[in-house]
Amino acid sequence: MTSIITRRRLTFGAAAASTLPLVGRGAQAQAPLGVGFIYVGPIGDHGWSWTHDQGRLALEKEYGSKIKTSFIENVAEGPDAQRAIRQLAQAGNQLIFTTSFGFMNPTIQVAKQFPKIKFEHATGYQRAENVATYNARFYEGRAVIGTIAGHMSKSGQAGYVASFPIPEVVMGINAFHLAARKVNPNFKTKVVWASTWYDPAKEADAAKALIDQGADVITQHTDSAAPLQAAEQRGIFAFGQASDMKAFAPKAHLSAIVDDWSGYYIKRVKEVMDGSWKSGDVWGGIKDGFVKLAPFNDAVTPAARAAAEAVQKGIVAGTLHPFTGELKDQKGVVRVKAGETASDEILAKMDWYVDGVQA
Amino acid sequence: MTTAILVSVLMTLVAASTPILLAALGELVAEKAGVLNLGVEGMMLCGAVAGFAVAFSTGSMALGLLGALLAGVATAMIFAVLALSLNANQVATGLALTIFGIGASSLIGAGFVGRTIPRLGPVFPAALSEHPWLRVIFGHDILVYLSLALVVGVSFFLRRTRAGLILRAVGENDASAHAIGYPVIAIRYAAVAFGGALAGLGGACFSLALTPMWADRLTAGRGWIALALVVFSAWKPGRLLIGAYLFGAVATLELQAKAAGVSLFAPEVLAMAPYLATIAVLTMMSIGRRTGRLDAPACLGKPFSAT
Repeated sequence: MTSIITRRRLTFGAAAASTLPLVGRGAQAQAPLGVGFIYVGPIGDHGWSWTHDQGRLALEKEYGSKIKTSFIENVAEGPDAQRAIRQLAQAGNQLIFTTSFGFMNPTIQVAKQFPKIKFEHATGYQRAENVATYNARFYEGRAVIGTIAGHMSKSGQAGYVASFPIPEVVMGINAFHLAARKVNPNFKTKVVWASTWYDPAKEADAAKALIDQGADVITQHTDSAAPLQAAEQRGIFAFGQASDMKAFAPKAHLSAIVDDWSGYYIKRVKEVMDGSWKSGDVWGGIKDGFVKLAPFNDAVTPAARAAAEAVQKGIVAGTLHPFTGELKDQKGVVRVKAGETASDEILAKMDWYVDGVQA
Repeated sequence: MTTAILVSVLMTLVAASTPILLAALGELVAEKAGVLNLGVEGMMLCGAVAGFAVAFSTGSMALGLLGALLAGVATAMIFAVLALSLNANQVATGLALTIFGIGASSLIGAGFVGRTIPRLGPVFPAALSEHPWLRVIFGHDILVYLSLALVVGVSFFLRRTRAGLILRAVGENDASAHAIGYPVIAIRYAAVAFGGALAGLGGACFSLALTPMWADRLTAGRGWIALALVVFSAWKPGRLLIGAYLFGAVATLELQAKAAGVSLFAPEVLAMAPYLATIAVLTMMSIGRRTGRLDAPACLGKPFSAT
């Protein structure tokens, strides 16, 4: 059973309260385990929040009547998020997932007030006894699609529609570019900052500008499928973001980095049920099933396919790390020494671009 | 800059300007009749989702456009009943309409997320619309030509026709217009409906032409820019056209410059630019109001009840 509380209803306190009786009180002995989710966007974004909601739906499928999930969507990042998180806590949820970076401090604050409730914060770095963090190594997926881009691009130029220069995004750009450059040493990656996570028309225009400037492969770190549509219209290739977006661009869509949180969510709920839940930090990649690649388009050449699969296998086996030295930034400073791989700490703070990236 | 890039930039510019121009033109007419409807964003979203839903279900672009138009009118009528018949505060009602539009479009669109339709195509035959450079003139969809025709039409209507004169009279001095015997409320209803229709079509620009899909908040705040443009244009359709295309040009060239690796400003500065311009214009208008040189309709935003 699901109860939906939208941000808009939340704004009007009384209306929000009237939806609360739907959420279990947890008084009965056989009461289902309450699992709550806070989303930064609408679940209809077909992107980040949507993928987390897919995880929630997977939970319902897995546990049926043993759990009761609820979510609040469109919650603004920052102090105001506390109200939404507290509401889920007061409604009797025993496990609460807060699924955006900006919910970090609010989650920690609310967790202090509800020591018996377990919290899981996505993409953050602050933890507590009852607050765990989790994130996905999307850069591993970027390395795979970068390999494909290196093979498929005739002009040797990729266009990257990006949101904001935060480590998560910078890391993705570098991983993509390094992989493409392994295939084509002269490869160039041009970045356009859309300065938004979500503005379909602007994302499309950014992609068009990149195509005008010679890019014949488009990839993105924004949430809508609009760049793919632009690529389809211009007859070039592109990659989907967060979910399989083939429907939007049947010819252009070569593959997509697919976020899959369901495995982690199912595991953590089980741990709460049997009492083995512990706080910690999980950063899962392709091997752990957090990051998947959408089926490759038939247009992907056999050479590109073989190379991409080799990269994927290497990452899973641990024999290949997308950030293997020697890596220099654009000023020529060595950031990762020859033969070494970038530590998680370096990745989490990445604010420099490798040679050949135009950002 | 090669011809191909120049042509492409111009095409993108026109496409990016059109939804704002349509929505702003509708709002201009409503404001000329003395009604301040801040719900443009909400009406655009309802138009966008209805246009997509109808086009997807029927396979007809013409019906999709009609659906968008009617959805815009229907949403505008909610505002009209509250603000014109029941004399609710126009600013508050308009803001509520936007919040309503975001929610309603999200609800209606839930089943259409992830679906896709063919793009609204150009009006002219391929020989013209795909010509290397003639397509700058002939390569656009129906909404582009419609928006340009409407600029001329609205300008003519307001300045040269008796009906336009009456509409302006209602916006400038509702009491006098009422005293002479004009149906103030009915005229305002019509103006708000026209505003809703164009906002709906503006929304359809997104869901049928620019990014043929539905996703929540597809218009991403363009309705607010349209509202600012009406003030920027000092309620003149010709200036509105210039303002809308100026906005489209700044937005397009910003992205083009970034793609070319030219960055004169930090990306954040350019992203702020349209809003800074809006604030600057509003400030100028405010100064104008104090010095009495403003062209705002005198009864803008004021409720009217026949006594």
